[in-house]
Amino acid sequence: MLMPRIIPCLDVKQGRTVKGVNFKNLIDAGDPVELARSYDEQGADEIVFLDISATLEAREAMLSIVQAVAEQVFIPLTVGGGVRTEADVQNLLSAGADKVSINSSALANPQLISDAAMSFGSQCITIAIDAGRDSDNHASGFSVYSHGGSKHSGRDALEWVKEAEERGAGEILATSMDCDGKKTGFDLALLTMIAKAVSIPIIASGGAGEMEHFSQALKIPNVTGVLAASLFHYGELAIPQLKAYLQEQGMPMRITEEATRQNSVVK
Amino acid sequence: MGETALVDYGSGNIRSVASALVAAGASSVYIGADPARLRKADRFVLPGVGAMGSCLSKLQTKRGLLEVLEDCVLRKGRPFLGICVGMQVMVEYGFEHGRRQALGWLQGSVKRLQPKNSDNEGQSNLPVPHMGWNNLQQLRPHALLAGIGDSEAVYFVHSFAISGNAPSCAIAQAQYGGDVLAMLAKDSMVGVQFHPEKSQSVGRRMLANFLAWCP
Repeated sequence: MLMPRIIPCLDVKQGRTVKGVNFKNLIDAGDPVELARSYDEQGADEIVFLDISATLEAREAMLSIVQAVAEQVFIPLTVGGGVRTEADVQNLLSAGADKVSINSSALANPQLISDAAMSFGSQCITIAIDAGRDSDNHASGFSVYSHGGSKHSGRDALEWVKEAEERGAGEILATSMDCDGKKTGFDLALLTMIAKAVSIPIIASGGAGEMEHFSQALKIPNVTGVLAASLFHYGELAIPQLKAYLQEQGMPMRITEEATRQNSVVK
Repeated sequence: MGETALVDYGSGNIRSVASALVAAGASSVYIGADPARLRKADRFVLPGVGAMGSCLSKLQTKRGLLEVLEDCVLRKGRPFLGICVGMQVMVEYGFEHGRRQALGWLQGSVKRLQPKNSDNEGQSNLPVPHMGWNNLQQLRPHALLAGIGDSEAVYFVHSFAISGNAPSCAIAQAQYGGDVLAMLAKDSMVGVQFHPEKSQSVGRRMLANFLAWCP
């Protein structure tokens, strides 16, 4: 039986891991390679790296981080941030990324999704969307934002995920702008709406604060992964503890021996 | 232990597979597609991601590559491990972007997954790709499964899978809205639909088993 994926997200700026509340007030939270290794030991099912710097030098730094992680950590890695061209996708895959997450550039140039899916396969193209309720009066009630949530894209969130799937995206990483950083739970309405519209896997993101929030999101069909950042980085919630909880809720979980040992130490 | 050839034909997460082979104890890994070098290798790993047709085209355009592989694996019986699309190309044909002839080393064809959702309240089908960790149900013993408990989790990411006439070779499967062929073996050949290079300690064990395998 397929097990829901618990996915820590590492926002990386200038080679360091950061996490903001509502995408602002970034605080340094450590070395990405060390953090990735520690998450692997704790039983993370996948790791997402998001490069939030916009500079060329930062992208080079990101490639070396991905390389270093891929040499030591043998679980899937998704990398995003500043992916603009097929060559960017190629470079990240060659560095050791398993999936590449595309956000703003896909909105600016949707053909990038089609081209990248054709060249590298749908299985490695994740479309990340930042969605929020606003006064744009889109039919679905949710707009898509670009550039780390700072710009209106003018698109309806529902229409956009459908288009992304049609163009060959293999996965949707859905972040709620309204819930991100608030720790009041994932945006279940947003996730349910997207889940009904597409038949590719969905990762829920934005708003996790308690263990119950994870089980709420994972009960939605097609939501096969849950993502959180600061909750894990600052040790507010340990992955083995979360997995044990979800298992008690009747969800199949990948429990590694190493993580079990760590959890018994935590207790 | 002699040299392991990781066939680099321009399709696949070569770096991850190479790192995982080293972590599993490979002493010498040749990464490339030079027929003369490949011919000297002890064993072969064929990765592959993306569309099967494009992987096949790339394999076929590397001059002399398939001839050497077929000679070393099918005739000389050297160990071979196909991963993901590297497994799918081993059968007779596929149906991704139209019917396409494959290598035909084993019986079977590659078709799109149509996983049925048994939960009536949910949607009629489970999402595709089949993406994430799933239990590997062992159907029969094999050297590559030595020391790996039944139902250990391994990482899958695929939209197509081998169906049809391969069950005689099947050694492991997964459940995803029905049986999904996860691992097959015949003579010196093994194919895995999942990614051992991304399956943490279970994958490392399997790759170590492959490196030590003398069929």
